[in-house]
Amino acid sequence: MAEVILEKVVKAYGKTEVIHGISTAIADGEFIVIVGPSGCGKSTVLRMIAGLEKISGGIIRIDGREVNNLEPKDRDIAMVFQNYALYPHMTVFNNMAYGLKLRKFTKDEIKHRVDQAAQLLQLDGLLERKPRQLSGGQRQRVAMGRCIVREPKVFLFDEPLSNLDAKLRVQMRLELRKLHERLKVTSIYVTHDQVEAMTLGDRLIVINEGAAEQIGSPLELYEKPATKFVAGFIGSPSMNFIEARLSRDGQSANIQGDVRLALSDDGAPDFGDRKVIIGIRPEHFNISESNPQAIPLSVDHIEILGADTMVYGRFADTPDLITIRLPDIHHFKSEKVLPLSVAPDKIHIFNKDTGARI
Amino acid sequence: MLKRTHFNPSPLPYLLVTPQILITIIFFIWPASQAVFQSLLVEDAFGLKTEFVWFDNFIELFSDQIYFNSFGKTIVFSSLVAFLSLGTALILAATADRIVRGATTYRTLLIWPYAVAPVVAGTLWMFIFDPTLGIVAYMLDMMGYDWNHRLNGNQAMALIIFAASWKQISYNFLFFLAGMQAIPKSLTEAAAIDGAGPAWRFWTIIFPLLSPTTFFLLVMNIVYAFFETFGIVHAVTKGGPAGATEIMVYKVYNDGFIGLDLGGSAAQSVVLMVIVITLTVIQFRYIERKVEY
Repeated sequence: MAEVILEKVVKAYGKTEVIHGISTAIADGEFIVIVGPSGCGKSTVLRMIAGLEKISGGIIRIDGREVNNLEPKDRDIAMVFQNYALYPHMTVFNNMAYGLKLRKFTKDEIKHRVDQAAQLLQLDGLLERKPRQLSGGQRQRVAMGRCIVREPKVFLFDEPLSNLDAKLRVQMRLELRKLHERLKVTSIYVTHDQVEAMTLGDRLIVINEGAAEQIGSPLELYEKPATKFVAGFIGSPSMNFIEARLSRDGQSANIQGDVRLALSDDGAPDFGDRKVIIGIRPEHFNISESNPQAIPLSVDHIEILGADTMVYGRFADTPDLITIRLPDIHHFKSEKVLPLSVAPDKIHIFNKDTGARI
Repeated sequence: MLKRTHFNPSPLPYLLVTPQILITIIFFIWPASQAVFQSLLVEDAFGLKTEFVWFDNFIELFSDQIYFNSFGKTIVFSSLVAFLSLGTALILAATADRIVRGATTYRTLLIWPYAVAPVVAGTLWMFIFDPTLGIVAYMLDMMGYDWNHRLNGNQAMALIIFAASWKQISYNFLFFLAGMQAIPKSLTEAAAIDGAGPAWRFWTIIFPLLSPTTFFLLVMNIVYAFFETFGIVHAVTKGGPAGATEIMVYKVYNDGFIGLDLGGSAAQSVVLMVIVITLTVIQFRYIERKVEY
């Protein structure tokens, strides 16, 4: 077990820089999730920590030791790959024992460790099978087992659940979390699925175009997204963004014409009278018939999901569709106008040019 | 179950397979049956009269020490050719699989020898190693090694082994490279993280996963060494010196077309035919079962 420290880590292929200096400190025993859209460089970061990709700049430390020039095998890490990367010609036992044999463990020790891991992962009885005789979930567990037996300092996961079907994914997600709570090994987990990220991680690193947009706990990211990108990426369905002009005193925002949104007490006076982007999550709208300040939303269409109802509509003549999530079942006809209100502290304001939170 | 009558009988399918069947009959079945028939005949020296002798040609063949020598030479020749060309191709493919820059050039250059006809390849090697003209022979001479494959049987054998292997490397290289590229990269990465160095990764992960390719190539290389090396032998040594490089396929030609013992030669080609049929059967039987992982 160990802490992992990244200091201004840069990756460049020739002249094209793909990772622009990521810094973070991952505490001992922490479960950290690197999340971002496909192609943002999150896997590259993980592969640099693993030693599968050379680091073009910066320093990576594992357990206080700089590992920039160490081979993967000398970094004392284990990795679960997206396609599991099980050795197809070896039995489950040999798959798990491969790394131990190379590290010159005794036969008895190897057997003991593999048996223990197999029990933990409910793989006993499958040890003599070949990977192709296993189901997707079982293969996934073997890949986990191969990591566990080595008792490494750090676990790395590269989208390990993305090849499983939806139901199994939820189940394995829970098992992974439980496993982490038992083993307490520092884990770095890469995914593009924000639900996985929110449920698994102690902390999240949101990466966009090779740069860390925000690092923080799942709730921090949800409640105080640092940028418009993070706000849009975390949460499902994603946040609504509306262009608006702040009032001169920064206490309210004008959305097209007279529609006015009150902001929380402190407001944003520095940005008074400027155009900004207002972000409101679909679940933070309320219907308030009595409120004279309510914003009218003209319904376009609705989706009834049982527990919730999604309402899509427009404010006055704004071009973008606004998504609203209301608990329970509602039947609204299209063209119906709903009076909506939003608690001032649920409104996020972003700089129109930089996307940064105001 | 659909009944046969559901389909309207049409001559089209038969028409479409006709060319293939005709080619097989004209170029394989007919000459092969001619060879089998010929192997049961003895012709007199002037070609005036032919006698049907049943298996006399075979009996004579299998009691002939020279034939067994030729058989032994063929075994040595083909196993060395297979080993040498497979080994070299494997190393080259492993290297080509690793490099990133200039990979296309490297691959193209390695595939070129395959386009060279066997006779041309043989002539090329013959010139390089020619005892009086050849550059390698000259260099060997400077180093104090006396090279003359026209007199030394072992050197002659070595030369045709080199020439035949060289030509086959491209073919093997292509298959090995394709086989390696079909192995997911994450497997070697996982092994690297597990603690295996490059050589160990190769032997424990890549090589076992390549075994179907290796087995296929082994059979193909033996078939190649048995049959397709005629041009090389003919261009380089003509079976000499003193029959030192007279492998079976060359002996068929020598006895039949030079020695004019048509019956004996046909009997030899029937033996060769049996060998290739056996190899093909092994190929089809085992390649998809035994070597599967």
